[in-house]
Amino acid sequence: MSIETAADVPIVRIVDPDGTVVGDDDVGLSVDAKRELLRSMIRCRRLDRECWALQRQGELTVYPPFEGQEAAQVGSASALAPEDFVFPSFRELAAAVVRGVDVVEYLQYHRGTWHGGPYDPIASRFAPICVPVATQIVHAVGWALGAKLDGSGACSLAYFGDGSASEGDFHEAANMAAVFGAPAILFCQNNGWAISVPASEQYAAPIAARAAGYGFPGIRVDGNDVLAVYAVTKAAAERARGGEGPTLIEAMTYRIGAHSTADDDSRYRAGPEVDAWRERDPIARFRAYLLGCDLIDEAFVGACDEEAEGWVAEIRSGLTSLGAPPASEMFDHAFSDPPATLERQRHERIGNDDA
Amino acid sequence: MVGALNAALRDAMQADPRTLVFGEDVGALGGVFRVTEGLQDEFGSGRVFNTPIAEAGIAGICVGLAMAGWRPIAEMQFDGFSYPALDQVISHVAKYRERTRGRVAMPVVIRIPSFGGIKGKEHHGESPETYYAHTAGLKVVVPSSPLDAYRLLRRSIDDPDPVIFLEPKSRYWSKEEGELATGGPGLGSARTVREGDACVLISFGAMVGRCLEAATALAGEGIECSVLDLRTLVPLDVEAIAERVRATGRAAVVHEAPLTLGMGAEIVARIVEEAFDHLEAPVLRVTGADVPYPPASLEQHYLPSTERIAAAVRKVVAY
Repeated sequence: MSIETAADVPIVRIVDPDGTVVGDDDVGLSVDAKRELLRSMIRCRRLDRECWALQRQGELTVYPPFEGQEAAQVGSASALAPEDFVFPSFRELAAAVVRGVDVVEYLQYHRGTWHGGPYDPIASRFAPICVPVATQIVHAVGWALGAKLDGSGACSLAYFGDGSASEGDFHEAANMAAVFGAPAILFCQNNGWAISVPASEQYAAPIAARAAGYGFPGIRVDGNDVLAVYAVTKAAAERARGGEGPTLIEAMTYRIGAHSTADDDSRYRAGPEVDAWRERDPIARFRAYLLGCDLIDEAFVGACDEEAEGWVAEIRSGLTSLGAPPASEMFDHAFSDPPATLERQRHERIGNDDA
Repeated sequence: MVGALNAALRDAMQADPRTLVFGEDVGALGGVFRVTEGLQDEFGSGRVFNTPIAEAGIAGICVGLAMAGWRPIAEMQFDGFSYPALDQVISHVAKYRERTRGRVAMPVVIRIPSFGGIKGKEHHGESPETYYAHTAGLKVVVPSSPLDAYRLLRRSIDDPDPVIFLEPKSRYWSKEEGELATGGPGLGSARTVREGDACVLISFGAMVGRCLEAATALAGEGIECSVLDLRTLVPLDVEAIAERVRATGRAAVVHEAPLTLGMGAEIVARIVEEAFDHLEAPVLRVTGADVPYPPASLEQHYLPSTERIAAAVRKVVAY
């Protein structure tokens, strides 16, 4: 992986991997808010590892881990206002946590008890988990256009990956966002790998550089620097609210885990590459920064770890007690008013029984 | 029919300020078929706007706009250009309500000028109805006459579920006397447009008119056909189909799409399930051929003709 050095787009960074401040760390966050970023990242990593274990124990069907991407997700999601709307792909559990999505409901997707939107997307301002690659970027632009027509001052943020940026929907979304002046943030988590295809085989120029071709700013940010991610996302949201249209953010990060629990990453990448990125761990970096600034002490970290344990235990308990929904529900939601032909299929399978 | 559709859009936009009309060339031009003529002047470029040439984008923003509380009415410029949008339509527009456990409805209408018979270039004579009818979660509507086009479009726009509204291009310039009204049979109701006890011709869109022509010709031979206009392919009015078959004992299905796995296959299967004991003859299909839509000089050999329809009826009546 040599994306960073090959890039001709500068990378925004505030804190170095060892915790040293190299930029302006006054990003408008209080001490408590900075502590909260660390706490969020710690609990999200604990949750992510729990989900991997839950899958291995047969409690989840397939799970896509996000370890290594905590700063990219927590930093960006924390920069949004409550009225903003997030359109995730399928690896954004940490962003969902920050947005207050009910985690047990969210994980129903990976448990196989419902599809992409098992939580309330409207109430939580977090769209359904989206697997068809890059399609959610267009939804985010549509939502942003709707917000603009309403004059609501809210913006949308679409998460997608380096692989998604190769899809036609990325292009259509970016171009439409520009033409409509939509208050949308196109947030690419460039984690280096699209399943087994490395970034070097996915694109030949920085993804952020494409924004110029659409007519709006493109920013590369160190995706493992939570303060930098927060700052650029906050700036993009302010641009959007100010009627200045979309921004493309390319957060350079790394997928420490496999693509999913069904993937064997040892077939396509070497251990040293992963180890090198572990050295740039987003949580260790931010912890070192906060400790170095005397904004936290070791006791705070210990308390975060402990709190995360209890929180994850609750989620685990809630999740493992979830069974399949009634079979009849399969027929309930396809249409507001199921046609007679569909009602008949329901009746033929399950009669009037609701189980 | 163009005027009726235009009136339906105008009236719907007046009735509901959350409706939006967008697509390629729908603004100042009024659409390549003029269905959106005058709407941008009347409702402004916020509610009636051109989009870039990006069909997946057009279908995709429908999802986001619906989530933001709008009622999108999108135009695909031509049937053959609607295919880039299929991923968004199949994966999201159709599934969103189910995926969100009923929490997020998709009150989206996607209008697509469709079917052949206008001596168009290639990619301008497609019959895409089965792709959509086979996708769970979509309603599929095909009007056959101007007054019904008005009614069906208004009802489609009011519907809480996504509707693929296929407009038969060859009927765009057809005329019909009467008052525009939203009342009467809604989505999911077929209508008998001609009574007759010898055979029922089951069809939709432009082929309804052709069935009526065939029925008129056959009446001269003493064969009185019933003609059933399905109007919506999803929901399919199976009961009306079965009732007509029970009443006549004989049926033929007519559509422009290729024979194999066309709507005719589904309709015949339903007839077999619902009215087998009433059949006096095998049900025939009069359809396009299993080839890509042909060039203008050959389309009369592809489309069901009055003669082919009449021949099928004579065959089932003589069986």
